[in-house]
Amino acid sequence: MTKRLDLYALTWRLPIILWQLVFFVGPVLFMVAISFFVVRNYRMQPAFDFVNWEKMLGRGYVWDSYWYTLFIASLSAAIAMLIAFPAAYALAFRASENLRRWAIFLLIIPFFTSYLVRTFSWYVILAETGVLNALLGYVGLGPYTMLNTHFGTVVGYLTLTLPLAVILQTVTMANIDRTLIEAARNLGCKPLATIWRVVIPLSKTGLIIAALFCFILSFGDFIAPFYLGGSQEPTLPILILDTTKSGQQWPRAAVVAIMMMLTLFAIAFTAIALAYRKPKGAR
Amino acid sequence: MTGNRALNIVLGLYVLLIFIFVFAPIVFSLVFSLNSQRFPTIPLGEFSTEWYEKILADPDIWRAALNSLIVSGCSAVLGTILGFATAYSDFRYSFRFKGPYLALILLPPTIPLIIMALAMLAWLSRLGLSGQLWSIIIAHSVLTAPFAMAIIRLRLQQMDPDLEAAAWNLGGSEWQAMRHVILPFCAPAIVSALCLTAAVSFDEFAVAWFVSGLNKTVPVAILEIVQGNIDPQVNAIGTFVFLTSMTLVILAQVFFISRQIRKTS
Repeated sequence: MTKRLDLYALTWRLPIILWQLVFFVGPVLFMVAISFFVVRNYRMQPAFDFVNWEKMLGRGYVWDSYWYTLFIASLSAAIAMLIAFPAAYALAFRASENLRRWAIFLLIIPFFTSYLVRTFSWYVILAETGVLNALLGYVGLGPYTMLNTHFGTVVGYLTLTLPLAVILQTVTMANIDRTLIEAARNLGCKPLATIWRVVIPLSKTGLIIAALFCFILSFGDFIAPFYLGGSQEPTLPILILDTTKSGQQWPRAAVVAIMMMLTLFAIAFTAIALAYRKPKGAR
Repeated sequence: MTGNRALNIVLGLYVLLIFIFVFAPIVFSLVFSLNSQRFPTIPLGEFSTEWYEKILADPDIWRAALNSLIVSGCSAVLGTILGFATAYSDFRYSFRFKGPYLALILLPPTIPLIIMALAMLAWLSRLGLSGQLWSIIIAHSVLTAPFAMAIIRLRLQQMDPDLEAAAWNLGGSEWQAMRHVILPFCAPAIVSALCLTAAVSFDEFAVAWFVSGLNKTVPVAILEIVQGNIDPQVNAIGTFVFLTSMTLVILAQVFFISRQIRKTS
């Protein structure tokens, strides 16, 4: 490679770098910066002051919200993974290749269709006099209160994460070497034990990554806890929303956003380290 | 083995249940949009096109639709250009700091949208760029580029790298090779990327809501209606939104992704 400036190569590289620096790195770094700014007379002024950090970290409700968000997002990620597993198992091992392709094709669709409208639809389905309670009424059950509960929040999160969990798990398990499973069966391993001791360990990486994605999506979503959970216990995204939209307190919202990002980094880092760790005794 | 068949049936029904859960909100939204009840439930009310007439007569909705069209069209083009350039650089060159370069374009979707929304709002208003339609376009180009990059990179993977070199040997310049070899080869992936990035932009509401100011896109308009109370108009708007994004996603899949899945599985 000569030292000469390669104009062609730079054309494909430089504008992208500049664009992403200005419109991706810029906003994120600026958000960190404004967490130290101060607000006077409803105007944000450049400063280097820890007042926002002290105000937010010193308040009980911020930490309540922090632990609640962590709890409900982890719970919903775990539920999504558990519900998805039998379906993914069926699609990976029992379905024909053609059927599996169609299933994945269909499951990609909701991922790119309005989450907002789907949530609103759940709102109507889950309401006190809604569709689900009406159906349950025919068999003499209910009515149950499903809106403005943890259940509502989790249903909203699952709308977002379940298709993804099924897709990722299916693809992971479909890629397992079949001969290993047959070997286990031939050696007398029972079906459930085969799943537990062969299928799951072999798809560990994919499963952890899938769970991580479910967690990240739930952790950052404000629609489900707001509309279906009733935001009685506000999650961190709702806190950001409220703080930004009412009162122009962008610096304090930035503090919450940075708390969220640090938490996500820590969890993603741990998950990826676990996912790619070699099991004990493996070469 | 009858036990095995029974298990297959149970698992099949289970998969069906999951599909019902995933598609129920979409189907119900379509059904409710044609239902006369103010608060839809079962048994359904009468068939009615009232909600459609209402939204079609609403100039705010028309304005939002036009805004959405402009925003998703422009961000799709920008995002696909960004994605293509990155995919091509990654395919063709190896250079120092390639990892950070790729991270620069691939990372945005891993950051929760509400955080991107706050960051974009603060930064763009600092630059004096907030509150306009192109504020949303800029933000969406960053959010959608990784999807375009992934699809186009997959396509380039299938190309013989010698093909480009052959074009140079035959006397073509690098630019001519790009125009006559690379671009035609990538065309299906590019179309697919345009559809998918348009769909992502079309449905994105958090960032659009924060940076748009008074220029509402369709999802932002929905968000504001829903904040008030239950209004079945949302179902009618939802039908259009679903039809649009589903068309885009299915087109994207037909052009490229489904062929891709067939090849790899």
